Amino acid sequence: MNTIKSLDDLKRIREEALAKRKFTETSGATQVIVGMGTCGIAAGARETMKAVLEYIEAKNLPNIVVTQTGCIGLCEQEPILQVVISKKEKVTYGKVSPEVVKIIMENHVEKGEVVETHVIPLQG
Amino acid sequence: MKELSLHILDIAENSVNAGAKKIEITVVENLNKDELTITIKDNGKGMDPEKLKNIADPFITSRTTRKVGLGIPFLKAAAEACEGGFETTSERGVGTEINVKFKHSHIDRMPLGDLKSTWLNLLIGYPKVHWVLDYSINDNTYTLDDQPIKEVLNEIPLSDPQVIRYLKNEITNGFESVKINKYNIKSVFRRKNEHN
Repeated sequence: MNTIKSLDDLKRIREEALAKRKFTETSGATQVIVGMGTCGIAAGARETMKAVLEYIEAKNLPNIVVTQTGCIGLCEQEPILQVVISKKEKVTYGKVSPEVVKIIMENHVEKGEVVETHVIPLQG
Repeated sequence: MKELSLHILDIAENSVNAGAKKIEITVVENLNKDELTITIKDNGKGMDPEKLKNIADPFITSRTTRKVGLGIPFLKAAAEACEGGFETTSERGVGTEINVKFKHSHIDRMPLGDLKSTWLNLLIGYPKVHWVLDYSINDNTYTLDDQPIKEVLNEIPLSDPQVIRYLKNEITNGFESVKINKYNIKSVFRRKNEHN
């Protein structure tokens, strides 16, 4: 049986991440949420999530918490991605392909500018 | 859905929604028995017998955001189309276990697909769950229990760029270790055949 062997590596990663965090503490954490219900997965949400993680990895972006959520009732708009920057209101994006992920990550997550063209219009 | 790995991602989400604190997912490719089995076991709120009976009915769902639930019916139909089977056991307050079996070589069996991405998604996407993920080919098993990882990381999120890299690496190495052994087993077979 093979199990995790490299926990020491992880300890080093933790220390580095903690050191980095001290400098960025003031800006607060950004949350990226990917809809991962049956509807989301069928529409390609796993690739959306993968693109988010790849972007963070490639650009070395600290302090971004990526999580998943279930169906939020907007199945026709899947894959759905939501961005929350510190205390600002949650922004919900629809039909987020891996290409759209790049646009959202670059403009909204990194620069704080909402990508209006991909925001799901509020109903009612 | 085109991959069994996507179904796994989907079914695991049911467990998360059932409030599971610990979810164990086991994928076994038993080439000797020509079987592919998937087990998803959680300690969520569980179901009473009445609800369990209707688990594959798409129009019965506990979700409030939409009225149909297709995750389980899809997977059940896929298994049954491949000389396989689908079983669930559940107990209120204890948890639910889902067992799905496919004939490994069945022409209609969808590919396992990108299981590594599914694992990474689950680990990072639902950090509050204790995940125990198993992948086996015949008797060779790779187990990823995320508890020790989270103990070390403590307050550092799993989506930290270096942690993502670490997890990817860990999973890739684990899968490779199972794979290498797969070839060894094949060569054992070859030797046996040469004897005959």
